[in-house]
Amino acid sequence: MTARVGVVTFPGSLDDGDAARAVRIAGAEPVRLWHGDPGLHGVDAVVLPGGFSYGDYLRCGAIARFAPVMETIVDAARGGLPVLGICNGFQILCEAHLLPGALTRNQHLHFRNRDQILRIEAVGTAWTNAFQPGQEVLIPVKNGEGCYVADPATLDRLEAEGRVVARYLGGNPNGSQRDIAAITNEAGNVVGIMPHPEHAVEALTGPSLDGLGFFTSVLKHLVGAPA
Amino acid sequence: MPRVVVDVMLKPEILDPQGQAVANALPRLGVSDVASVRIGRRIEIEFTGEPDLDRAREIADKLLANPVIEDFTVRLVESDETAGAHS
Repeated sequence: MTARVGVVTFPGSLDDGDAARAVRIAGAEPVRLWHGDPGLHGVDAVVLPGGFSYGDYLRCGAIARFAPVMETIVDAARGGLPVLGICNGFQILCEAHLLPGALTRNQHLHFRNRDQILRIEAVGTAWTNAFQPGQEVLIPVKNGEGCYVADPATLDRLEAEGRVVARYLGGNPNGSQRDIAAITNEAGNVVGIMPHPEHAVEALTGPSLDGLGFFTSVLKHLVGAPA
Repeated sequence: MPRVVVDVMLKPEILDPQGQAVANALPRLGVSDVASVRIGRRIEIEFTGEPDLDRAREIADKLLANPVIEDFTVRLVESDETAGAHS
């Protein structure tokens, strides 16, 4: 049976269409979820896409966290549902306390939009099991508030537990502490990533096809996961 | 009607690039005696009934501030002290 992967649309989401397309190219069925509808419609995994939910008012992701769909997703994620937060989705996952730390204004204050090399460091997560440890990938980054911060104890714990999923190589685009581009929760089902794998799934539009691995990973994970 | 004012500031250890940018612009105004600038957010809350500081604190903790990176203070002010009354 084809896996069903939900993609949430918040007011102000931008990359929900590309995320749904990436899901389809990876071989799953994308299911569009609406922020105001608490139902997950039987999806096997969820992507929180990039954009500017609720206009980034107050703080990025702060208001989206309280959307009806998020209440359901937070509970389901604690129960093991694979959830990938990309860019604004990563910010929402931090605001919802599914991931530690916070994303703040880029240190240099400039919006950064470029193709970025990442090193995948954790391949045990639901969203990265298709990669090799240490594999370098090329994926677009585009953010104004992508500077990952956490207190030193949290950073040390993430490192010690192998929960730094990806790091920036060849220049840190936003000042993120310890060059962190992506992290995971303790169980490995929730991943937040600042760059955009959904923009690197087709030769026509992306700098590589490296982003596809995130979406094929979750399919692999779902096949192996207990029903 | 008194209002509740919530002041949200980045924690001292969190870098404030906006504040730095402002501080770096000050010499262009001929100001050379400012050591640092930090930027926060002031939120005014008006309750339908009596101002409720505990409720305001709860709102601040859950939504207005992100305790991972920000601190907040909550206080009551008379309405003539709120925004728009100055200048």
